[in-house]
Amino acid sequence: MELPARTFRVTRADLVRYAGASGDFNPIHWSDRTATKVGLPGVIAHGMFTMALVGRAVTDWAGAPDAVVDYSVRFTRPVVVPDDDQGTEIEVTATVREVTEDGLTRLDITATCLGEKVLSQARATIRTPG
Amino acid sequence: MSLDPSFVGRTYPPTAPYQVGREKIREFATAIGATEAAHHDPEAARALGHPDVIAPPTFPVVLTMAASRQIIEDPALGVDYSRVVHGDQRFAYNRPVVAGDELICANTIEDVSNRGGHGFLTTRTEVTTSAGEPVVTVWSKIVVRGEG
Repeated sequence: MELPARTFRVTRADLVRYAGASGDFNPIHWSDRTATKVGLPGVIAHGMFTMALVGRAVTDWAGAPDAVVDYSVRFTRPVVVPDDDQGTEIEVTATVREVTEDGLTRLDITATCLGEKVLSQARATIRTPG
Repeated sequence: MSLDPSFVGRTYPPTAPYQVGREKIREFATAIGATEAAHHDPEAARALGHPDVIAPPTFPVVLTMAASRQIIEDPALGVDYSRVVHGDQRFAYNRPVVAGDELICANTIEDVSNRGGHGFLTTRTEVTTSAGEPVVTVWSKIVVRGEG
């Protein structure tokens, strides 16, 4: 079963706010000068910010903010966030892989930016909505 | 410079207690756009059976990232932080983090390897209350990119 797709817009302002809230002040997430110096095309989103947005999709699908039992991702491509008002977009979809008899649902998640996968092996186990 | 594989299995002293504040949870939830009432309104969280507002699923990284400095900055292990990229991340929850929790992180190095000029380091962090109640186990894999 395919779950409804969710799209999240990400701008530079979101990265600054996430840096402050999370305590991750790595300059590759706010300074083009630093990002390009280490070989990136420009400022990139925190991997953990992408994981947090995908987590919102998971809790929305679960229908409860406390339903996540296990959640894991592999970061495969950086999410480049241009310095303009549009930023970029992350699209999240998921399929139900398994519904267990003990009340758990396992999801396989896909997250893309500009048509490219930014996560692999993204999986969540949630309590089956009921 | 490669990572020292003899670090596999090494454990680190538990971190000083972290007091989870209601406003910190609200700030983190707002920063990721999580508008569910249970992250912001204690009454809504209580209606779900929690003593206070609950943190979004990835909130524990606020603690575990700070706690991982005791590993990243261990000169004997040899991590060059300027070359670190995040590889994998996993959370296995006993329950959500709740405002009012006093949490402690205990780090273990689960795996160290070197392949293709890159170093790979997997850490496991047991996040418990200061009374010893398990809350969430967090795995993080970082890649230390090789030179050139």
